[in-house]
Amino acid sequence: MAKQPIITVKDLVKNYGDFAAVKGVSFEVYEGEIFGLLGPNGAGKTTTLEIIETLRDKTSGEVTVDGFSIDRDADDIKKRIGVQLQAAGYYPNLNLAELISLFCGLYGINKSPMEMLEKVALTDKAKSKYKELSGGQKQRFSIATTLINNPRIIFLDEPTTGLDPQARRNLWDLIREIRDSGTTIVITTHYMDEAEVLCDRVAFVDGGHIIGIDTPDHFIDELVSSGFERKKQVKSANLEDVFINLTGKEWREG
Amino acid sequence: MTKDNKPYSNIGATLAIAKASFRSIIRSPSAVVFSLAFPMIFIIVFANIGGGGVKVDVGVAKGCDTINPVYRALKKTGIVNLVTDQSAEAMNKNLAKGSIDAIIDVKPFVPMTPLSVDVQYSEASADKSGILKSVLNNVFYNMQSEQLKKIQSYSGIKIPPAVDLKETTISGRAYKYIDFILPGQLGFSLLSSGVFGTAFVFISLRLTLVIKRFFATPVKRYSIVLGEALARIVFSLLGALFIILIGHYAFGFTLIHGVVTVLNMLVLSAIGLIIFMGFGFTVSGIAKNESTVPPLSNIITLPQFLLSGTFFSVTAFPKWLQHISNVLPLTHLNDAMRKVAFEGAGLGDVSHQLFILLVWGIGVYAVAVKTFKWE
Repeated sequence: MAKQPIITVKDLVKNYGDFAAVKGVSFEVYEGEIFGLLGPNGAGKTTTLEIIETLRDKTSGEVTVDGFSIDRDADDIKKRIGVQLQAAGYYPNLNLAELISLFCGLYGINKSPMEMLEKVALTDKAKSKYKELSGGQKQRFSIATTLINNPRIIFLDEPTTGLDPQARRNLWDLIREIRDSGTTIVITTHYMDEAEVLCDRVAFVDGGHIIGIDTPDHFIDELVSSGFERKKQVKSANLEDVFINLTGKEWREG
Repeated sequence: MTKDNKPYSNIGATLAIAKASFRSIIRSPSAVVFSLAFPMIFIIVFANIGGGGVKVDVGVAKGCDTINPVYRALKKTGIVNLVTDQSAEAMNKNLAKGSIDAIIDVKPFVPMTPLSVDVQYSEASADKSGILKSVLNNVFYNMQSEQLKKIQSYSGIKIPPAVDLKETTISGRAYKYIDFILPGQLGFSLLSSGVFGTAFVFISLRLTLVIKRFFATPVKRYSIVLGEALARIVFSLLGALFIILIGHYAFGFTLIHGVVTVLNMLVLSAIGLIIFMGFGFTVSGIAKNESTVPPLSNIITLPQFLLSGTFFSVTAFPKWLQHISNVLPLTHLNDAMRKVAFEGAGLGDVSHQLFILLVWGIGVYAVAVKTFKWE
């Protein structure tokens, strides 16, 4: 696969008053990949994402999304991306189908709510309110709202935080499906096992800097070749495998 | 890739928000209660107690002669409510508390002696005592006049009357209390919907990041504000129409020029609501969270609720208070509303009130633009 950059970030800086949240970050996201931004809380992941999403002004640097500059073509970018915010709510007192209609109106696109809900297997919840959904259903609904405008790229900010293992694996499958249909995905997460199985490439962010970009495999191989050894010998299964094995794979509507 | 290349429609986005907001409002219990239930309850209560005006409760002592002319005259006045079903003890207690205003005891008539009438008043209800006194004086005057006439018919001496009283009542539309209370309630319903409703919606959309998520779509900021405003105006005008129609058909609210009057009232409602929403935008900007919205909103709505002629005319206040009343926007909205509904004024006839509302509108939105927060 030819690696065609779809997002280019160059020397991005963001200051909040005296505090520098992002200190000169540069990276590229390739078309069709799942790109992970990893790092501890306060590392600048969300700020970086929100600048690319045109939700926040940068202090300096250059960002290009699908050929459009965030300085001049914010509206064109908004039409080409889908955004899932960390902990965002939805318009009160509306059911899922009505929320999808609202977003169709906001994007200026005619789509049937059922078609969108079907993509995330929530058609049976069309008449439910967002707050009545389980954690996993909420995240899947959020992803449905990001797909309405057939985006080139979607951004998912910690989509699996707080989900049980079944819901998490179910969401991974959904994210892979979206990637396989041609959409580029940028994701943040605190779970390294998730990044390892889901992301094609990851960037580690710490203290406002990017301290490494590569494929998960490469990072691990590099560490191993440097002589690193786990204190405990790795077994061919872990406790989560046991959990899934015992409680079953199918997803709970809890 | 988006296949349909039709240009992005800001009107479409505005209408999508208006539709969502309208659905949300009609499903929110507080909006419906504040805009419809409260005004209707006040109207029903006041329309039913308003008609009679002042009532003086007078206890009738045991053994009081009830066939004499004084008693019959009191019964006829319509002001005095004669209480006959209480024991002497209870009556005395109630008199002391002021829950009855006086006790009357008319002794049986003994020929050739003056009629003996005992009246006990109470300090607990001095104003009602005064009313009863003048009612009794009137009764006694009429009785004395009768006697005087009788005496005059026997003797030749003419006594010239001290006063020659001529009373006439001109014909006119009866100004019912509903004609006063309904515009006031309508105005207040618009005020609370504009301030509370707008403030709550925008602060909750801001805090739950709904607006932030909207900003990730191509929607313009003005579409969000316009869409919300549109939904609230449509909802409030439907509410106003409901209140006016119920008032007219159930309580005889006067609509001089019928449909034209209703339309004029709806135009006034829309103008009032737009100004009140300016207060709501300001409150949503100042408030830190949802729990600071009610106190801030009350600072705006409560003085107007009490001082803007919602329940009683501004002229009932002392002069210094009237000056305050005459500054408040709701006073002028109520004023214009009453002129349109009862006097049949057109919008051109209330231009003074509209001008003051316009000045308020400019001031409020100048503040709102400065204080409003998107995130």
